[in-house]
Amino acid sequence: MIQDSTRLGLSPLYRLQWEESQQRFVMLYPEGMVELNGPAAEILKLCDGTRSFSDMVGTLETAFDTQGLRSDIEELVQAALDHGWITILS
Amino acid sequence: MAGLPSYPNGSPRWLLAELTYRCPLQCPYCSNPVDYAMHQNELSTEEWCRVLSEARALGAVQLGLSGGEPLIRQDLSALVLHARELGYYTNLITSGYGLTAERIADLKSSGLDHIQISIQAPEKTLNDTLAGTESFEQKKKVARLIKAQGYPMVLCVVIHRQNIHLMSDILAMATELGADYLELANTQYYGWAHLNRDQLMPTREQFETAEVIAQAYKEKVKGQMKIYYVVPDYYEDRPKPCMNGWGTTFLTVAPDGLALPCHEARILPGLDCPNVRDFSIREIWEESPAFKHFRHFDWMEEPCKSCPEKIKDFGGCRCQAYLLTGNLNATDPVCSKSPLHHTVEEAIHLAEQDRVSGSPKPLIFRNSLNSKTLG
Repeated sequence: MIQDSTRLGLSPLYRLQWEESQQRFVMLYPEGMVELNGPAAEILKLCDGTRSFSDMVGTLETAFDTQGLRSDIEELVQAALDHGWITILS
Repeated sequence: MAGLPSYPNGSPRWLLAELTYRCPLQCPYCSNPVDYAMHQNELSTEEWCRVLSEARALGAVQLGLSGGEPLIRQDLSALVLHARELGYYTNLITSGYGLTAERIADLKSSGLDHIQISIQAPEKTLNDTLAGTESFEQKKKVARLIKAQGYPMVLCVVIHRQNIHLMSDILAMATELGADYLELANTQYYGWAHLNRDQLMPTREQFETAEVIAQAYKEKVKGQMKIYYVVPDYYEDRPKPCMNGWGTTFLTVAPDGLALPCHEARILPGLDCPNVRDFSIREIWEESPAFKHFRHFDWMEEPCKSCPEKIKDFGGCRCQAYLLTGNLNATDPVCSKSPLHHTVEEAIHLAEQDRVSGSPKPLIFRNSLNSKTLG
């Protein structure tokens, strides 16, 4: 379960990277790649092990100057967890 | 009215760098060309670095370092370092044979992202027989060394009639070795595997039994081990999509610099694949006749030509069509709509005859002597 204090990080095999030729972020892993849309990339960039989930939400709401993003962010984070792209660190 | 379907186009995403055809093992299902011994003029370190740079500039991001056995190249770490600096995700695809703790540490410090090793069978005698070299204990040791260095354990086992009955043991071995990923690759019949098809192809019943075991295990270890199951397409109704579209995603560079839209394409007559020694990767990808050859639907014959599924499977595998029918423009005979589908059924029948004969043909091992004789 994702809670306010949950800290998230990329899974050991995964790398988030800007691809100039595709003009988008991609998630790279053994012999595979996921092409990310803008919002997904912004969320996953913040999964760097340094901040809590509530900090992530705050940072994104400030960055996009929008309130009420929590459930959208939680949905994507949960999907990323299910895919194994990210892990719960604590 | 809808327009004509358009063939996908794109820049390379995947670069398979076959660094060498040399290999200490002799697996009879090797996908390298049977005549590999005639193509020994390997690219130099500088030439490989140029290939990596040029392909990266076009958009390639996944890099497979393969062979033969890529560990034989003394410049492997230098190539990894260059690739990693360019931003590739670097995958080393190796037998693991000869890998030491020092070499793994060296590759890791050069930026290698992941190591996939292969084991032939879950027990020593069969593993060593199939590999043509005593290697079982060493491979298991290497699997543990890879884990110890903080790499995920990505294990590949090629499945065929000689080991398919051991599926449960294969899965148990993967767990024992702490595999994070397990690729169960049913043999695809190209190269040496095509030569040994009668001795390697399982029966439908064998493959269905093994698949049930593998799928059940996949559920059981969900969350701990990811299992990829590569289906044996001789038992499918529809062919696999040719390389995700010819010359749309994949680029292979063979040890001698030949640039191929698929790593088997060297066998296709008249394709005349370009060499990276003569052309830039951009010229090869965008302008070479070989890369443009099937990058459209116009070459197709019936039933592909008017088939709505052509946009999904691109007529199936060109190399398989050629190997089974002698015509590289034919519908992949795996397709049940193919007028030559019986060639697949005959292949299955021949394998079954070999199995029940009581005196199966000996396996032809992949080595230089056999390559020079048969190539």
